[in-house]
Amino acid sequence: MNAHDLLQTVGIVPLLPLLGAVLLLFFGRRIGEPIAGWIATGLMGLAFLWGLVMLGAALSLPPEARSVSSVVFTWLPADVLKVDMAFLADPLSITWILLVTGVGMLIHLYAIGYMHGDPGFGRFFAYFNLFAASMLVLVLGNNYLVTFLGWEGVGLCSYLLISFWNQRESAAVGGKKAFIYNRVGDFGFMLAMFLLIAEFGTLDYGITGAAAGSASSGVVTAVALLLFLAVTGKSAQIPLFPWLTDAMEGPTPVSALIHAATMVTAGIFLVARAHPFFEASPDAATVVAWIGAITALLAGTIACFQPDIKRALAYSTISQLGYMVLALGIGAYTAAIFLVLMHAFFKGCLFLGAGSVIHGNDENQDMRVMGRFRAFLPVTAMGMVIAWLAITGVPPFAGFWSKDLVIESTFEAGDYGLWVIATLAAVMTGIYMTRLIFLTFYGNARFNDLPQPDAIPAVSGGSDDDAQGAGVAVADADVPPYTEAELGYDPDYSPTVQYPESPRAPRLHGHDPHESPTVMLVPIVVLAFLSAIGGLLNLPIHGLEFLGEWLEPVFEGVQQPAPSSFEEGLALTGVAFFFAAIGITIAYLIYHRGLRAPDRDPLKDKLGHGANLAGNAYYYDAGVSAFVDKPGRAGARFLDETVDTKVIDGSVNGVAGLVRRAGDGLRALQDGHVRRYAIGIVLGTTALLMYLLAYVGR
Amino acid sequence: MTVFLFFLMGGLTLLGALGVVLARNPVHSALFLVMTLLSVAVLFLLQDAELVAAVQVIVYAGAIVVLFIFVIMLLGVDRSEALTETLRFQRPIAVALGALVLVEILLLAGHSWATGAETTSGVPITGGGDFGTNIQRVARVLFTEFLWPFQLTAVLLVIAVVGSVVLAKRSGQPVGDEIDAAPGPQGESVP
Amino acid sequence: MSIAPLAASLEITPSYYLVLAAALFSIGAVGVLVRRNVLVMFMSVELMLNAVNLTFVAFAKALNDTAGQVLVFFTLVVAAAEVAVGLAIIVAIFRRRRGATADDLTVLKG
Repeated sequence: MNAHDLLQTVGIVPLLPLLGAVLLLFFGRRIGEPIAGWIATGLMGLAFLWGLVMLGAALSLPPEARSVSSVVFTWLPADVLKVDMAFLADPLSITWILLVTGVGMLIHLYAIGYMHGDPGFGRFFAYFNLFAASMLVLVLGNNYLVTFLGWEGVGLCSYLLISFWNQRESAAVGGKKAFIYNRVGDFGFMLAMFLLIAEFGTLDYGITGAAAGSASSGVVTAVALLLFLAVTGKSAQIPLFPWLTDAMEGPTPVSALIHAATMVTAGIFLVARAHPFFEASPDAATVVAWIGAITALLAGTIACFQPDIKRALAYSTISQLGYMVLALGIGAYTAAIFLVLMHAFFKGCLFLGAGSVIHGNDENQDMRVMGRFRAFLPVTAMGMVIAWLAITGVPPFAGFWSKDLVIESTFEAGDYGLWVIATLAAVMTGIYMTRLIFLTFYGNARFNDLPQPDAIPAVSGGSDDDAQGAGVAVADADVPPYTEAELGYDPDYSPTVQYPESPRAPRLHGHDPHESPTVMLVPIVVLAFLSAIGGLLNLPIHGLEFLGEWLEPVFEGVQQPAPSSFEEGLALTGVAFFFAAIGITIAYLIYHRGLRAPDRDPLKDKLGHGANLAGNAYYYDAGVSAFVDKPGRAGARFLDETVDTKVIDGSVNGVAGLVRRAGDGLRALQDGHVRRYAIGIVLGTTALLMYLLAYVGR
Repeated sequence: MTVFLFFLMGGLTLLGALGVVLARNPVHSALFLVMTLLSVAVLFLLQDAELVAAVQVIVYAGAIVVLFIFVIMLLGVDRSEALTETLRFQRPIAVALGALVLVEILLLAGHSWATGAETTSGVPITGGGDFGTNIQRVARVLFTEFLWPFQLTAVLLVIAVVGSVVLAKRSGQPVGDEIDAAPGPQGESVP
Repeated sequence: MSIAPLAASLEITPSYYLVLAAALFSIGAVGVLVRRNVLVMFMSVELMLNAVNLTFVAFAKALNDTAGQVLVFFTLVVAAAEVAVGLAIIVAIFRRRRGATADDLTVLKG
């Protein structure tokens, strides 16, 4: 079988996790822990291997032949619109399937340890595999509709997994919020598809891409902006970003895989796929770039004040996604995709490490009561330190090559305003990541600083996800339908700590925080390693730009920003690193000794109101909620009461009423008196004669 | 002579008709009807329709009006009718419509309706050769051209007879709900 | 006797009969509408039928065709049958109620 035919079997890659999902949905509970987890992980591993086969096949072909379509079946055979369920194996999609399956496999492995003891173990892995399958369909689609299928699928799985501990109200709310924010974005996707159908008559990537240059600029801009609306939803940019922080209610493997490494990059993928439209519409591209930059800076400032380790990482993700979007906006596609890959490594590592820390700290996510964990969780600490160095852009780790490449590109593209913002965001990155690492792993140990809440005996040592109520009395009259023992978690306790809340103590009862089992540490180590050496994928030295060359067939014809000379590139790199170092230093100076008391954060105290503003995410989400609550609800009520009830029902009922009244009126004619009827007869005769008279007169 | 007779008989006809409509006692109406019918019979005679005139007297005035009188006496509806009209505007509308119909007919009658059809039966009323008396002429037309309708009328009469017997027969059950039980409007003639 | 020459110069054309018939017809129509007694209404209908007969005969004379007179026969037959059946119905309805009028028959009220 030659390489071309081999590439046509790419459909196997999403099929494997899909089979896993179906199997585990039906038999997950019977298969049980840990076999279900190993099945899921094994299938991901197989998918990864097949992805490598695809890579090999593609590499053996000349660059111009590396784009292969395979049709699974004809989906919509209508004359007006013909859409196939077809996959496209080309450098862009192969890159993404390796990312999803590879990182996914590692995180599946991690989850076997993390979800140990949870009664929903089988269900978890079913959803996890389903997510992987959907994501793979998304990136392998040959046309917008298949991608949209995957898009909706990952949205669904995100919802299912965020609200995995579904008896917990905060989790349910988080899942709902994620779904609804994403729905707004999906609306944009659908409108864009409708425009594409109207303008081009097809949804195929190749055909629409080729025709984008010659279509009317209004349509092209509209399509680009509508697609970007979907991207802001899925990749958590302004204006649709608040869901990502509430998505942290889900188990940490979910946060790592879906909300850091893979699903949120679907937006980046979409823009890369639809790049002809953004190339053809400079206005749309400008919008994209500026939103990315502003989001990166804003999210960075918010992250500096978060007490919850997962929420800090969530805002960090939003900020890094902002970088990727910025790169897309200025046409630096290779830089953006490079950052996607590197970000998956180091952010994934950070999240897995955070999960490990949380497990060790009795499910308590508040960094203000951590400190000095390096002594207790050495492996985790090492992994997270490497990832920290990578994300802040310290050479020679991955972030230095990828993130700084993005910052350089802004300068080279000539957009100095964007460059300033991007650099400031890099400072922020330095600050908040350093703060996170030092509060958690260094400084003074604060986990015994607060009085212990009333102890509820922990269910056996291995079940780490028993989140017991932190001294919160069980509510009054409502007897919860499920007990904690049944659920495996406490439905009244939400581990997430919002900015204004005061710190809660973990219930360690004199024990020290403990390190995680090996099955959880292996993925952390692997990802840390990849964060360290990942830069080798695309060094800015001519001949070593593997990623750039690999992706070239996809982006041919696009002029990606590049340094005009080697010296200029070097100087820019130096400047970027310099500013990152400033951020690191600031945070180090403030936090390297830890906190004096758990409720006194020096940064917050110094900045007072500014800190409150940033810490509360500039009240954006609160504003949206208020808007939806008051005007939104009023609008909905108006539509219901006035439009639906009065106008629509009114007109329908009105017609019926009209008929009834007409009938009532006409009924008066039939009063039963024969003589009245006789008048009717004579009247008719008169009329007839009159007609005849008129006729005769003619 | 013809003129004199025409106006005399015409006047009597109209007089009798008005009498039928305006007389308060139904028996009086019946008698006025007889007057009308006999006048019409004379008018028939004036137009060389001897057989029809005879039949008019025998059947109409002799049988039908007698039937009317029978029923009037049988049902006892010979009381005088009240003068006030119960239905609103019935009288003005009726008179108006009647006048309107009259005017329209008169106007229409002034025109000739040329349908292009010539005499249908080929048997003229007067003259035209060897057709005989009026009776013979009528018979000739009736039993040749109008034979089929003639047979049908025979069937019709049988049906009418049978129908009348069936309808008027007293059935075994009490007959109470054939009329609307609601009392009639005001001004009903006192039973 | 001054009428005589006048009368002699007047010719009774069939139109005169038509006018008479029209008047008879309308009087009969008004009678049906105005009278409440069922039998008088019936008699008014007979008036109308007579008007029609008169018209037929007038036209038979005018067109010099016997068919008109034959049609009068049929009209007469139908009138007779109608009277028979109609009176039977009236007897059936009004057998019980004395002095009932057409206004009492309101069962078909809508």
